[in-house]
This record gives sequence, structure tokens and C-alpha cells, in this order.
Amino acid sequence: MTNKLHVRKGRFAITCFGRSLLGLALTGFLFSANAGVLPEDRADALYFRYDGGGVVIDGPSVLVRKSIGEHVSVSANHYIDMVSSASIDVETSASPYVDERTQSSLSVDFLHGKSMYTLGYVNSDESDYLAKTMFAGISHDMFGDLTTISFGYKRGENEVFRNLKDPNTGVVANDPNFAETMETQSFNVSISQIITKNLVVTGQYEVITDEGFLRSPYRSYRFFTPDLTSQGLLPEQYPNTRSSNAGSFRAKYFLPYRAAIDTMYRFYTDTWGILGHTAELGYVHPLGKWIFEARARYYTQEAADFYQDIFPRANYANFMARDKELATYSAVTAGLGATYEFKIERFPWLAKGSLNLRYDFMTVAYDDFRDATFSIGSFGTPPANPLPPGQEPLYELEANIIQFYISAFF
Amino acid sequence: MRIRGLMILGLAVLATGCSSIEPWVKPYDRENLADPIMVFTRAPISQDFLDHVFESREGSRGATGGGGGGCGCN
Repeated sequence: MTNKLHVRKGRFAITCFGRSLLGLALTGFLFSANAGVLPEDRADALYFRYDGGGVVIDGPSVLVRKSIGEHVSVSANHYIDMVSSASIDVETSASPYVDERTQSSLSVDFLHGKSMYTLGYVNSDESDYLAKTMFAGISHDMFGDLTTISFGYKRGENEVFRNLKDPNTGVVANDPNFAETMETQSFNVSISQIITKNLVVTGQYEVITDEGFLRSPYRSYRFFTPDLTSQGLLPEQYPNTRSSNAGSFRAKYFLPYRAAIDTMYRFYTDTWGILGHTAELGYVHPLGKWIFEARARYYTQEAADFYQDIFPRANYANFMARDKELATYSAVTAGLGATYEFKIERFPWLAKGSLNLRYDFMTVAYDDFRDATFSIGSFGTPPANPLPPGQEPLYELEANIIQFYISAFF
Repeated sequence: MRIRGLMILGLAVLATGCSSIEPWVKPYDRENLADPIMVFTRAPISQDFLDHVFESREGSRGATGGGGGGCGCN
């Protein structure tokens, strides 16, 4: 391949999208049920669509959970991401692209007395990122089943590649001279406690360590040229390790008129210098065959130590990043959901079914990430009236998130 | 030496506690907690997707599991 062209700067945002799902799927598997009871048999089919910041991600996800006897429950999930991206990173340094990621997972729960043992495996496959994750966990009910304590561990081994586009043929393929690896481990402990006949609380603590290639193979940092009037771009430089600590507290309260209110707070810190706070408030209200839900979420963080929107000069420091997810910003998300529950007399094996629709609106306001299209331009076309680097308006992101899913309980 | 003493004391307290603490919310008092609306994550397939949207847009990660919730009764 000659005249290779990097077409997918900003790709890592999607890669992170995928990797994060691994952890979350794991969390769901490990903590979706109390230790002394097998999870209920169910099947879910979901269609989702995320549209924001020039990125559209949509696709299906199917989850099936089935008991085998009285002591074993098996869960399988298949998930497909279809990505069409013209994000701010792509806009300033490359051309739009489309891609697809598939993820399959399988987990088994073993119930023994008041303990639940979980083993699972997740495989994620996309054109420039392969991830294999195994996880194990144990949960145990005690104190008359008022308390559930859980421990979880996961280990992931990932392979990172870089896609290149041949400008003559348009064919996209892996760069034969680029292949990296990354390993991640997670340790998780959780305690769920019934406080009163209307109140349950949960505390959770998780340590995650990463080692290997942690940056995007596509994204660049920008810097002032010596005359301070123009800018240049060079590949980001990241540390090879990252360790994070996150602690969260949740509470859910049953209201006197059959409704529920819940709240969550999470504190986060890591060795990159990011300090994050998350707060959430939710309300669930059943009405006949309907269940309505409203939710609000606030998130804020301080930037990583090696993040800057524009560096004073090239090679300014050992580590340099311009990933907006490492910047200082705050985000608000508000969502509404509706569930309609039904039974079908002709299908006595179907205990219950439900149709579900959920909509969330997310807005993110960055404190130190500027919209560089005002100085660099979009997709190679310079702006008509370019602004000086470092004086562009701050970037803001808005996203619409829609989910529709059908659930069946057996 | 002091640490070992504290550990022994802690284990003794825990052991005593295990044998003497009585469940203060009896199983027959957990009707509200057993209501499906009291589960932290009513639909894992939906919450997993939404959580990973958040994680992909945020520097923070981890400790987002539902942590059980619900009844806690067999």
C-alpha cells in the first residue's frame, strides 16, 4: 500500500465504547441477583441508537438467561455496534468512516446454599481491536439474608491495531507495521444491605489496572508553532499504565403509594490525575400495566495531568493527550422510560412480557477542550474566517439516546 | 504486634456479631423490598448499554454495578 492515509483518528473513542461494555456486562452478570436465589429466566431483545457529536451508533443486543435445574443459570449475550463517525476528532484530522463491532458473552452461575459462584467469558471483535475477557465472582447472603457481599475479578487481554486507507483504491486494512497489546485487571467488592422494610443500600469499590498500549493509534495532540500564531499536530503520548479507584453508594426507597426513588453517588480517582464525581436520582412509578421511570444524572471531572487543549510547543512533555474524555468538563443526562407489561393466554409458558421504550438526552460542556474546526477546518477544508489556535469557542456535545426493547419472562 | 492485636480483636467482634445479630427485617416484612420496582437494575440489557455510553464519554470507570438490591429473601 502506498501513500497510506490515516482515516480514523478519533477511533479510540469507539474502542473505549466497546471496552467499557465488557466491564459493564461483567458487572451486570455478577451483581444482577441476590446470592441465594438464581436469577429469573428471561429473554431480552434491544435496539439502541446513540446520536451525538457527529457519531451515530446503533444496533441490536440480545440477552437470554435460562436455568438448568435448581442450581445452575446460564446467560448469553450477543451485541452488535454499527458505527458511523464524523466526530470532532475525525472532523479535524481525517474523513468520516463506518465500522462494526460484535461482542459475544457467556456466563454461568452456580448456586450453592446461600452462595452464588459466577464464571464468564466475553469476546469482542472489531477491525482494529480484539478483546478477550474472563471473569469470576462470588456472592454470599448472610445475617438472615439482610446482607449480600460480593467479590469479583476480571482479566482482559486486548490487541490493538491501526487501520489505514489506500487513497487509490479506498480499501481499508490493518497497518502491517503496527500491532500492540493491552492487559487490564479489575477487583471489585460490593455489599448490599437491607436497612428497613422499605430501604436497601449498596456500597461498591472497584480497582482497575491497565498496562500496555493505552492511547489511541489515531488521535493527535496539537501545539503552537514557534511563532505562536499557527499550530501543528503530532501523535499523542500516554503512560503505559493506569490504575483507578472508584467507590459508589446507592440507595433505593419504597414510597408509601407503591413507587420507588433511588439515588447514587460515585467518587473516582486514578493515577492519571482524573478526579470524578457522579450523582444520580431516579423515580419509578407503576400505573396499572404501565411502569414509568424518570432519571437525572450529573457528572463532573477534573482533567488528567497530561491533558492540554493545545501545548506550548512540540514535545513539550513526556506525556501529552488531547482526548476530550480526559479534559475538565461536566455533563447532565435526563431520561424518561415507559414499560407496558402483558400476558398472552395462548402462551401459558410465558409468565410475563413487556414492551419498553426509553429516551435520554445528554449534554456535555467542556471547560478546556476547544472546537478546533474554527481554526483547522472540517475534513481538510479550512474555515472561511479561521480563528487563532487556542481562541476557538469551547466545545459542547449533545446526544440523543433511544432504546426500545422487548422482554419475556418464563 | 499492635496490628496483630487489632486483627484478633476485630475477628472476635465479628465472630460475636455473627452469632448474636438477629435479622431486624423479618422475611414476612419484605413485601415492599420484593416488589420488582425495587430492583436497582430492572433490565440489565438496557442498563449495560446506557452505562457504557456514560463510560465511553467519561474519564471515570468502575463501581457502577447494581449491587443486588431488591428483596434479599429466598
